[in-house]
Amino acid sequence: MTVAIVLVLVALGSIVFHVLSPWWWTPIASNWGYIDQTLIVTFWITGVVFTAVVVFMAYCVFRFRHREGAKAAYEPESRKLELWLTGITAVGVAAMLAPGLIVWSQFVTVPDEATEIEVVAQQWQWNYRLPGEDGILGKSSNKLVSYDNPLGVDPDDVNGQDDVIVEADALHLPIDRPVKVLLRSIDVLHDFYVPEFRAKMDMVPGMVTHFWFTPTRTGEFEVLCAELCGVGHGYMRGAVFVDSEQDYQAWLASQQTFAEISGPVKIGAAGGGAAR
Amino acid sequence: MVDVTPHDESGVPPAEVPELELYHPKSWWTTYVFSQDAKTIAIQYSGTAIAIGFVALVLSWLMRLQLGFPGTFDFITPEAYYQFVTMHGMIMVIYLLTALFLGGFGNYLIPLMVGARDMVFPYINMLSYWIYLLAVLVLVVSFFAPGGPTGAGWTLYPPQAILSGTPGGQGAGIILMLVSLILFIIGFTMGGLNYVVTVIQGRTRGMTLMRLPLTVWGIFTATVMALLAFPALFVACVMMLFDRLLGTSFFMPALVDAGEQLSYGGGSPILFQHLFWFFGHPEVYIVALPAFGIVSDLISTHARKNIFGYRMMVWAIIIIGALSFVVWAHHMYVSGMHPWFGFFFATTTLIIAIPTAIKVYNWVLTLWRGDIHLRVPMLFALAFIVTFVNGGLTGLFLGNVVVDVPLSDTMFVVAHFHMVMGVAPILVIFGAIYHWYPKITGRMFHEGMAQFHFWVTFLGAYAIFFPMHYVGLVGVPRRYPEIGDTAFVPDSVQDLNAFITMAALIVGFAQIVFLFNIFWSLRHGREAGGNPWRATSLEWQTPTTPPPHGNWGDHVPVVYRWAYDYSVPGASQDFIAQNDPGTGIKAPRPA
Amino acid sequence: MSVILVFLLVVFGFSLWWLSQQRLLSKPWTEQGLAVDPSHRGEAAMPTAKIALGIFLAVVGALFALFASAYFMRMEYSDWQAPPVPSVIWANTAILVAASIALEIAARTARDGRIDISRVALAIAGAATLVFLAGQLVAWQQLSLAGHYLEVNPANGFFYLLTGMHGLHIIGGLIALGFTLVALSAQAPISGQLQLRVELCAMYWHFLLFVWLGLLVLLAGWAGDFIAICKQVLT
Ligand code: HEM
Ligand SMILES: [Cu+2]
Repeated sequence: MTVAIVLVLVALGSIVFHVLSPWWWTPIASNWGYIDQTLIVTFWITGVVFTAVVVFMAYCVFRFRHREGAKAAYEPESRKLELWLTGITAVGVAAMLAPGLIVWSQFVTVPDEATEIEVVAQQWQWNYRLPGEDGILGKSSNKLVSYDNPLGVDPDDVNGQDDVIVEADALHLPIDRPVKVLLRSIDVLHDFYVPEFRAKMDMVPGMVTHFWFTPTRTGEFEVLCAELCGVGHGYMRGAVFVDSEQDYQAWLASQQTFAEISGPVKIGAAGGGAAR
Repeated sequence: MVDVTPHDESGVPPAEVPELELYHPKSWWTTYVFSQDAKTIAIQYSGTAIAIGFVALVLSWLMRLQLGFPGTFDFITPEAYYQFVTMHGMIMVIYLLTALFLGGFGNYLIPLMVGARDMVFPYINMLSYWIYLLAVLVLVVSFFAPGGPTGAGWTLYPPQAILSGTPGGQGAGIILMLVSLILFIIGFTMGGLNYVVTVIQGRTRGMTLMRLPLTVWGIFTATVMALLAFPALFVACVMMLFDRLLGTSFFMPALVDAGEQLSYGGGSPILFQHLFWFFGHPEVYIVALPAFGIVSDLISTHARKNIFGYRMMVWAIIIIGALSFVVWAHHMYVSGMHPWFGFFFATTTLIIAIPTAIKVYNWVLTLWRGDIHLRVPMLFALAFIVTFVNGGLTGLFLGNVVVDVPLSDTMFVVAHFHMVMGVAPILVIFGAIYHWYPKITGRMFHEGMAQFHFWVTFLGAYAIFFPMHYVGLVGVPRRYPEIGDTAFVPDSVQDLNAFITMAALIVGFAQIVFLFNIFWSLRHGREAGGNPWRATSLEWQTPTTPPPHGNWGDHVPVVYRWAYDYSVPGASQDFIAQNDPGTGIKAPRPA
Repeated sequence: MSVILVFLLVVFGFSLWWLSQQRLLSKPWTEQGLAVDPSHRGEAAMPTAKIALGIFLAVVGALFALFASAYFMRMEYSDWQAPPVPSVIWANTAILVAASIALEIAARTARDGRIDISRVALAIAGAATLVFLAGQLVAWQQLSLAGHYLEVNPANGFFYLLTGMHGLHIIGGLIALGFTLVALSAQAPISGQLQLRVELCAMYWHFLLFVWLGLLVLLAGWAGDFIAICKQVLT
């Protein structure tokens, strides 16, 4: 009896907790509302299954608890029942998987008009690089990283000269413009994680990974690291500002390019020359 | 009921397996320490696993104290926190759960349940334990090594794991960890060969595969999987040792460590992740399948009803075992691997949910119209179903690639895997210990203490890990010693964290009651008799309890029926033992 | 991970074949009496030790298949530069083949009870294997003399790692072989137990020879060439 009641309470308690919980995801600030919706579908389906199973168990425990002289039924299996249950489960699983895969295919298909920006992680700070006026990010390599060239931008690549470098400072993004975020790391694994954007991806040294999204809400958002990267992992924070177009341009104008940072190299000089 | 006794008995193994072939210990040392008796080895395995498990439990308290009350405990620096996380996770998964299920329960139950006198290679079986113990000792040594144990997370991802930014990365910590794992794998392989071959070859007369209790099926399949999956961890560990000690670049790309260019170049951290999870995912089922098997038997015995859909249960175990080798990359959706893998692995992952769900249905359907005795092992079995279903369902969130993107690496993941592979299997372990305690010791455990232990552990663990999902939903990442002042995290999350910590401490202390009960009842428990639960399977039919060396005395049992003849219509009792020739009972065939 | 997946398919194939003989579709609750285990039927059931060795070899196979998988995955990266195969490797291969043949002879003669020949063949196999190991060390020396150190390139690393792993397994086998040889020298009429032991040695050697040939295909770069050709054909 107690057991049955406790089981029901566990199921009910979980639902009540879920409904009353003030702990819920952050208001979204990107185009990935579909992800939230798939999550909600999943919550519904799994919630129903959980409650059904636990309540059924509670009923069995109550109804078929041992009594003097009682004897259990003898029923080795039931083909029909098992097939039905398998079928229903398969349908439920498909109902979650199908939207999931559809949204995933959007997630991995970067729109052509997306502007590329680069996030470069290092223990334990965030750096950024924007493509500059030519719209192209110059080549880079971890082998080139040094004190004066913290992002390892290739000084011989003309495309890199006008790249805007933001070292250990906040990133700004214009609202409603899709961005393809290229991710690099110069030391260990990190993960560029802004909860409000929903999207995230690991950064792997030696590789350039990416994801894309469109910011849909202006404001300041906190960047966290979501892949263990050493003792500073929990304190590796940064900020992203989503700006109106005007504010964005104003911010951009105040930033320094690679060429400006790395000294007197003429922009566009043949071969980039002897940066250092 | 069809009588399947053959007319020609030439193919049947001999009824007598002479005890002569058995190794006979000559001294105290070979009886109790360097014993080759699977039952003694089982106790040694279990004792060691539980002892080191308590270390992991204490580490979890420390972590919880830090998370619940950040800044209060000066000695829990971020370094220490990461070391605790890593050692806690690794110990729990490998040195506790794997060792306890396979080395502990496997050793104790397989020979008894299949009607053998011992494992087929007792000497190798003994070596297996001692190598395991050595692995544990190496692990313990790493706590005292200069620089402390590794803090790389139980996943040990390079490059971070072997660099200076990680505790133990440039010290001895990571090396000892890798060496310990390699030893564990070698030791396990020795034991594992035994378990598998004993099931294949050691079964007694009449014990066909379809007459095996599901416990044996679960442990058997899990062992086969472990034998095939652990080599992946072995390969990963050896290659990482090379990178760390000999300067190769298997996993190490060109990188800058603390402002300095290292001489590594070109390696691939993702390669390590593939190897690790090729082991890591099957590992989840390596601890789950034995739990599945054991729980089936607990439910059937205490509900006095045959397990519903035995055949489906067997097939599901096999299918899950095979499928679990093609889902590994669902741990890597946001690792930067090619995004197209996401489609494949999300699909396989959700497909595996179907045979798993069938198992759950069959457990609860076994309860239906049963004669349910709510004894402590049964309570644990019921609690297992609740937590396993809960954790399994959140697995559908994380397996469904796009839903995983926001949730991956948050506390939601931590809550999920604790529910499904932490709490659920641990509950089964407790249930199993209470269930077989009378057989192992000949005495009953103390009922009151066991009930207390059950309620605190079940409700407490649920109170720890259910709310934790919501911390993750808010967006709090895992492996953070503190979330600090973060704009999107409301202050109330800290209150919730404090609550979770209190629950964790309470659950932790309840385990002391368990230990006390185990030792107290050795002396003071009442005599249990040979078959207190009136169960059908062979281990309950031994001539003496606890079973002696060689298990069966003069005659090994002969098996006449499957393991689940409970409440057979027309039978005089509500169970018929497997070795009962039981003539004259007519059971109806199902329609 | 393609190599290990193919390997697993083979293992699963075997398992399915075995399971298919175990009447997994039967309804055990409808049957009562002394059922005959299908695997015990037929003439001689396989000796337990042989089954155990078979399973152990599956584990060893998985290990090397995983190393091969890692090798292929690592090979994709641009810094890969395979070292030349030291010439002594070919002689080593021939010697290992010879050891395998000698063991086969030892196993067969042991079965026929011709213990003297068996003993000699076993000793020859052991000696040849020792020569093989020495040859592998020479290969390492040749490589490092030519500047192909372990840490210079991952391909070099793999060379030492894979040959080393293989060598360790060979050493393990040699220990078992040594004990068998001692037992064989002490016994006049050969027991079934001992015949089996010689046979197990042969089985183990054949398998390690097979693994070695596989490794050779990898290390000599043929596997890489083959993949490159396949890719060209496909595109
Ligand atoms: C009362 C029991 C337990 C408590 C309170 C507990 C608590 C914790 C905590 C606080 C973390 C660190 C979370 C983070 O910051 O990322 C953690 C991690 C972990 N725990 Fe537990 N745990 C318990 C039992 C178990 C059990 C039984 C298992 C067995 C599977 C387990 C496996 C793990 C693993 C694998 C990790 C991840 C380690 C990592 O991130 O590298 N835990 N646990
Ligand atoms: Cu990081």
